[in-house]
Amino acid sequence: MTIIERQPLAHVGRSVPRRDAHEKLRGAAQFVGDFVVPRMVHGKVLRSPFAHARVVAVDASEAEALPGVVCVLTGDDLTDLDPYWGHAIKDRPIVALDHVRFAGEPVAAVAAEDEATAAAALNAIRVEYEELPVAGTIEQALADDAPILHEGPLRPGLFHGLGELPPREGNVCYRYRIDRGELESVFARADLIVEGEYSFPAVYQYAMETHTVVAQVEGEEITVWSTCQHPFLVRAELADLFAVPLASVRVVVPYLGGGFGSKSYTKMEPLTAALARKAGRPVRIQNRVDESMVTTRRHGMRCRMRTAMTNEGNLVARDVDCWFDTGAYADNGPRVTATGGDAAPGPYRWHAYRVDARCVYTNTGPAGSYRAFGAAHLQWIGESQIDELARRAGLDPLAVRRDNLCLPGEELRNGAKSLDADLIGDVEQAAAAVGWSEPKRANVGRGVSVGLLAAGAHPVSTAIVRLEADGQVVVLVGTTEVGQGPRTVFAQIAAEELGVDVEQVTVRGTDTRFTPYDRSTGASRSTTIAGLAVQRAARQVRDQLEEIAAGDPLEPTAYPELLRRHFGFTGGELIGSGEVAPTGTGSYAEGPVFWEVCVGAAEVEVDPETGVVRVRRTATVADVGRAINPQLVQRQDEGATLQGLGNALFEEMVFEDGQLLNDTLLDYRVPSFADLPNEMTCVIVENEDGPGPYGAKGCGEGALAAIPAAVVNALADVGVPMQELPLTPERVWRRIQTLKEEGKWPR
Amino acid sequence: MRIELSVNGEPCEADVWEGESLLYALRERLGLPGSKNACEQGECGSCSVLLDGKLVCACLVLAAQAEGHEIVTVEGLAEDGRLHKVQEAFVAAGAVQCGFCTPGLVVATADLLARNVYPSDDDIREALSGNLCRCTGYAKIFDAVRMAAASL
Ligand code: FES
Ligand code: FES
Repeated sequence: MTIIERQPLAHVGRSVPRRDAHEKLRGAAQFVGDFVVPRMVHGKVLRSPFAHARVVAVDASEAEALPGVVCVLTGDDLTDLDPYWGHAIKDRPIVALDHVRFAGEPVAAVAAEDEATAAAALNAIRVEYEELPVAGTIEQALADDAPILHEGPLRPGLFHGLGELPPREGNVCYRYRIDRGELESVFARADLIVEGEYSFPAVYQYAMETHTVVAQVEGEEITVWSTCQHPFLVRAELADLFAVPLASVRVVVPYLGGGFGSKSYTKMEPLTAALARKAGRPVRIQNRVDESMVTTRRHGMRCRMRTAMTNEGNLVARDVDCWFDTGAYADNGPRVTATGGDAAPGPYRWHAYRVDARCVYTNTGPAGSYRAFGAAHLQWIGESQIDELARRAGLDPLAVRRDNLCLPGEELRNGAKSLDADLIGDVEQAAAAVGWSEPKRANVGRGVSVGLLAAGAHPVSTAIVRLEADGQVVVLVGTTEVGQGPRTVFAQIAAEELGVDVEQVTVRGTDTRFTPYDRSTGASRSTTIAGLAVQRAARQVRDQLEEIAAGDPLEPTAYPELLRRHFGFTGGELIGSGEVAPTGTGSYAEGPVFWEVCVGAAEVEVDPETGVVRVRRTATVADVGRAINPQLVQRQDEGATLQGLGNALFEEMVFEDGQLLNDTLLDYRVPSFADLPNEMTCVIVENEDGPGPYGAKGCGEGALAAIPAAVVNALADVGVPMQELPLTPERVWRRIQTLKEEGKWPR
Repeated sequence: MRIELSVNGEPCEADVWEGESLLYALRERLGLPGSKNACEQGECGSCSVLLDGKLVCACLVLAAQAEGHEIVTVEGLAEDGRLHKVQEAFVAAGAVQCGFCTPGLVVATADLLARNVYPSDDDIREALSGNLCRCTGYAKIFDAVRMAAASL
């Protein structure tokens, strides 16, 4: 255990109430759908009913003639542009040109004076399709005679960040491989080997607020009010698409009604902007839930894995093949695939391991980021194999982890940052929280799981701190408030550095016209990276104050007087700027920025007659280095825990021939009050080992990888090992019947 | 068509078309965007309002049906700038994250506590089962409802 002497801090480390709570509780917080822009009209999207088809002709003349219709956008309106976008691979047209590749792909869009007219106009557009064979699943897409979704070489997008993209092989648009040690000879010498095939379903992030964009185009000036997590990346993609300077694109992001990755990168902005360009008026497009479900989702995945151990309990080798279903367009698929590949071995000391992860196009809606991507896909598989090995060797799964987990400072992957967390301490705390050593009733099981997620994305953030003449502080930073609480955390950091009250600090939403660059809001990066930029900016203001004070005591109440002294009248402001970049040496130069800890434990009870799995206790570990606001940290883990339970137990997008069958909340169930476990514990670990301000590092995703894995392990502990998620009653019941036939149930 | 109704104690009028929901009328015609349009299928509760004191999903009620009735939305809960006890409890419990489900939850909780001053955990679960929240994990919303009940 690490003992840490803390310097006392005034605001950091306190659960100050959210700065936005009152506004949100009164219904006064503005979301994109609440904006009314003068002269705004309503946009609606005509979507393909076919999963794969050639678009022979689009006739919008009848629709355009309807009273109240401003215009109809089709592929023909895009001839003056290179209409392809996609931050990883530029594979996606603004609207379908000659092909549709998934059911739900935009084929045309209408702008009309009101929503009812826009909806009526959609019905009046005539589209002639010629159906093509559908590759609706990974297997179909990899078959020898599979229809190829995208012909020709792949064009890299602006932000794939993955070095040189390997060439496309059939429908495989990206491949990520790791090969370390003499794999086959280590397997040949191993005492125990577990292997299996696994599948993880496509799931929907389900942010309550659907994708919503208001766009306005006036000459070269493009303004979008958007539900986007990464305003600056959206700005760059729009500037690229419409061939205008960055400064001509303005992206405004108010509060977001949840994101979880579903609003990362570019989504509905190009289409809305193209429609607004043609309409000559601002246009709002707001997705319905079924439309958002085909706008983005989590990748379904198939995996083959084997893991080897010695009789004494030394883990020696792991071999992983996996295929991520990225849908019809790559979206963030390449990054998801690489992150999954990095997560696959888990944080253990192997003699050899091999990972081969592929990202596969299929005729389904595009898949992108969702909280803990990659790790959520693979941790439950690797961790269940370790438990199975432990069972076969007659060892305690916790002991196997204790003996094999990497230690702080140990190398995890070639050339990557070494381990920056105490995983053994973390997993022991999680296990204790679900009563690891307590006696168990029949049909009750417990499981733990440990993993890591490469976090931080590209560490580039800037921030500006302004000290106003009245002593109030304004923080300008491009991080999006998705619900996770950065505006509160940044206010705490600025208040800490400047000695003012948190209430004196204002942090508002992003407007790229005024707010300085922040790479993105995701990958658990904001407190660590943007928070450090805020800290640096605030320190710059403090340095200026010190200079002006020239030795006088630096009391916050005296700030207005100091400004008066400096400017010679009542006015002016001090401006500090802060920057974080992956340059020079130190923690931001090597990747990842930090390893996000994904440690959890669960206790479940299964009803063998019905197959229903009831989660009784969960525990997660928020290994955050330093909790700037402990309440916000806990909220992150609690939310991720419930999402993890949804992913583990019942969430699944069901496709048939590429058609999404369960596209309403009636059919796609997300966790509700009824799914709350009896006990949900979040342990906060503060070893001040993060690269962020005050030793902080990010959190909020790990629990979503850890909880499904812990639940799967807890169920296997009861005697029901599962290789397919979600753990629906039917699936679990069937498995128990098979086990009965094999004489393995009850154990 | 023109409808007349009372919203948050104020008489108002709106021009609506036949198939239009009360939610649309509140948000787009009456300048009250506090009630959120999320699923518009009666499945998430983020559009919850009180119609003559009864909890309804505004997305499922036609604007025309509200003619002559009294509506209370989230914007009408606070009085004289002071938060309603339920809203205060949500702040204290830290039960707000993105805030998109929050208006509906606050209205639904106020409705529950108006009917049942001492709700059991099962009562709470039952009353709020129609309100989804994807951010909080529900635990703190539970706490907030218990706190609000205790403070009333
Ligand atoms: S928007 Fe009315 S219930 Fe979801
Ligand atoms: S706080 Fe985001 S959905 Fe409830």
